[in-house]
Amino acid sequence: MPELFDWIATLPVLLQGVVIIAVFVAVVGLIVLAVEYLPRPGRGGTIFRISLAVLVPVIILALLHTYDIAIAAGALVGLGLFLLDRRARRGAGSLLQLWAFLAPAGALLILGLVIPFIRTVLFAFQDDSGTEFVGFENFAWIFSNPDNLITVGNTLIWVLVAPAASTILGLIYAVFIDNSRGEKIYKLLVFLPMAISFVGASIIWRLVYQARPADEAQVGLMNAVLGMVGLGPVDPLSSAPANTFAMIVVFVWIQVGFAMVVLSAAIKGVPAEQHEAAALDGASAFRRFTQVTIPWIRPTLIVVLSTASIASLKVFDIVIAMTNGRNSSGVLAQQMYERFTLGENGRAAAFALLLCILVIPLIVINVRNLRRSREGQ
Amino acid sequence: MASVTFDNATRMYPGGTRAAVDKLNLEVADGEFLVLVGPSGCGKSTSLRMLAGLEEVNDGRILIGDRDVTDIPPKDRDIAMVFQNYALYPHMTVAENMGFALKIAGVSKDERAARVLEAAKLLDLEDYLTRKPKALSGGQRQRVAMGRAIVRQPQVFLMDEPLSNLDAKLRVQTRTQIASLQRRLGVTTVYVTHDQTEALTMGDRIAVLKDGLLQQVGTPRDLYERPENVFVAGFIGSPAMNLLQVGLADGGVQFGQSVVPVERETIAQTTASTATIGVRPEDIRVTEDPNAGLAVTVDLVEELGADGYLYGHADINGVRTDLVARVDGRIHPYAGETVRLEVLPNHLHVFDVESGLRLSKPVTL
Repeated sequence: MPELFDWIATLPVLLQGVVIIAVFVAVVGLIVLAVEYLPRPGRGGTIFRISLAVLVPVIILALLHTYDIAIAAGALVGLGLFLLDRRARRGAGSLLQLWAFLAPAGALLILGLVIPFIRTVLFAFQDDSGTEFVGFENFAWIFSNPDNLITVGNTLIWVLVAPAASTILGLIYAVFIDNSRGEKIYKLLVFLPMAISFVGASIIWRLVYQARPADEAQVGLMNAVLGMVGLGPVDPLSSAPANTFAMIVVFVWIQVGFAMVVLSAAIKGVPAEQHEAAALDGASAFRRFTQVTIPWIRPTLIVVLSTASIASLKVFDIVIAMTNGRNSSGVLAQQMYERFTLGENGRAAAFALLLCILVIPLIVINVRNLRRSREGQ
Repeated sequence: MASVTFDNATRMYPGGTRAAVDKLNLEVADGEFLVLVGPSGCGKSTSLRMLAGLEEVNDGRILIGDRDVTDIPPKDRDIAMVFQNYALYPHMTVAENMGFALKIAGVSKDERAARVLEAAKLLDLEDYLTRKPKALSGGQRQRVAMGRAIVRQPQVFLMDEPLSNLDAKLRVQTRTQIASLQRRLGVTTVYVTHDQTEALTMGDRIAVLKDGLLQQVGTPRDLYERPENVFVAGFIGSPAMNLLQVGLADGGVQFGQSVVPVERETIAQTTASTATIGVRPEDIRVTEDPNAGLAVTVDLVEELGADGYLYGHADINGVRTDLVARVDGRIHPYAGETVRLEVLPNHLHVFDVESGLRLSKPVTL
C-alpha cells in the first residue's frame, strides 16, 4: 500500500488525479458488484464467490506482503461466504444488500447527527466546562436574562414576519405575472437574489442602509433617496426593533424568489376548467383566487411557509454579517454561536436545544402535510 | 327557458390560418336538446365555449332568447355548464359544490339548502351531500356536476362530453338518464360529443360539424335517412355507410352486374360519368342469382348474436373497395367465400363524385 502511494507521488500532477479516480472507481465498482452479485444464486454467483475468496487474500498479499493478514482476510471472506450460503433462504440476500447500502449513510448520520445531538443535550445540562451536571440552570439563565429575552423575542418576530412576508409577496407576484408577456424575465428578476448567499446579501444591504452624519453626502442608496425627498438620514440598523425588520427585508429579498417560483408552478397546475366553472358560477376574479386557486395550492403554500419558517428560525448569517447582534438585534442561532465563542459551552448548547425544540413542530406540520397530500393522490 | 341562436358566429384562434368555427348559423329552439357532433378538431367544443362565453367571438353574434350575449361575461349569461372532467371544487363537499353558484348569487342559506336537496333527490345524491368529490365514484362525480348545473335553474344547459370519462356500461345508462332528465326539466340544452351513437340516442336534433363548418342539422332520423353529403353519410351510423364510386348506367347506377334504379332527375344533376353511392349495411343482402349484384370476397364475419356483419372486398372498375353488409347472425357466408351482394331498391343515397353533395331525393320513409 505505501508503495502504491509512493508510486502515485512520482507521477505528474494531472496523471495523479486520473490514477486516484481510476482506483476509486475500481474499488467502489468492486464493492457495488460484490453487493449486487454475492447474494445471487446460480453459476455466475458461484464463480464470483470463488474468485472473490481467492482474489481477496492474493490482492492483500500483493499489497501488504504479510501472510498473516492475507490468511486472516481469506478466512474472513470464506467464513462470510459460508454463512451467507447457510442463510441463503429467500430474502436473506436482499437483507445483506440492504445493510450494505445503508451502512455508509447510516454511519455518517450517526457520526454527524445522532452523536452530536446527544452530546449537545448533555452539554445543555452541564456547566461550561462540561464536567458537572447543573440541571436546568442554563435554561433558567436564558429565560431570566433580559438580553436573552430580547433575543427570544427577536427570533419570534423573525418567525412570525419573515415567512409570511416572503410567502405573501411571492404569491402576489406569482399571481400578477402569471401568463403575462415576459413572465420569464419577471421571474428571473425576482429569482436572481436566490443565487446570492445570505452573507453576500447582508453586505449589499448594509451598503444600502448605510447612514452618514446629516452634514455629509449620503452614499447608502436608502438614505440618498430619502435625502432627495428631504428626509433622513436614518440608520435602520442602529435601533431595535427597526434593525430586526431591516434584516427581515434582506431575508425576504432572497426568499421571495423561491416562494414565487414554487407557487407559480402550483398556480399553473390549477386546471383551467376549475376557473371556467367558477367563472360560470358567477365568481369574481378575487373570489376565484380565494375559492379555487388558494385551496388548490394549499399544500404548496404550507411547504413554502414552513420552509421559510425553519430558515428564519435558524437565521444566523444575516445577523452576524449585518449587526453581529448589536443594538438588541440578536437571535437564537447567533447567540448560540456567540456563547460558544465565549467558551460558555453549556449556555450555547442550551440555545441550540431551544432552537431544536422550536423547529420540531414545523417539521411535524411539514411531514403531516406531505403525508396528507400523498394520501390525497 | 330560452332559445339559442348562433348568427354567423366565427372564432379565429390567434396565429391560426383558418377559423376554428366558421360562420356558424344555428338555432336551438326553447327546450330543445341539440347535440353538436363531429370528429376531434371540428369546432364543436369551441362553439359550445363561445356560447358559454369562455371563448371570444371574433365575428357574428350569439343570442340567448332575444338577448345578444356576444360580449356579455359568462356569469351574466344565465347558463350552466357540465365539463368533461366535471371540474368539481375538490375542497368543497358535494352540497357546497352544488350550492356554490347560489352562494355567490346571494341566495339565502335555507333556500340554498332546499334547492341543493331537491337537485340531489333528482340525481340520487342525497346520501353523498357531505362527501368530498375525492370520495365519490366517477358516475357519482358526473351526477354532482349535473346537479351543480341543475341547482342554478339556468336558461340553457351546456354539456361538453360529460360522459366520456365513464366506463362503457355506465355511459349507456347515464345517456338515457340525462336525456330523460332534460325532457323532464325542459331546459334548452346544447350537448357536445364525438360519439355519433350518443348523438343519435339523445338529441332532439343533431348538428354535424367538420373543420369548423356546419355540415347538416336535423333530427336523428333525418341525418340517418337523408345525409346531405358524403361526410355526414359516413359519420352517422355504425357500422358506417358503404360509400362506393360506381359508374352511371341508363336509368340507374351500376352495382356489379345489376343496375340499381335511380330517378332520372337525380342522374341529370351530374355531368360526370360516375357517382358516389351510399348504402347502409342493413340495405344490402346476399343473393343466389349468379347474374345479379356485385361479387364480393368475404374477409370476416362479425357475429353479434341476432345479426352478423359481413366485411368483404370487391373490385369496382379496377378499384379494390371494402364493403360491410348486415347478414343473419346464424346463417351467413364464411370468410374466404365469394358471394353476390345486391342493394335493396329505394335505399340508395347518390352523391356527386366531385362535391360530395347529395343528388338523390330522400329515401321513401
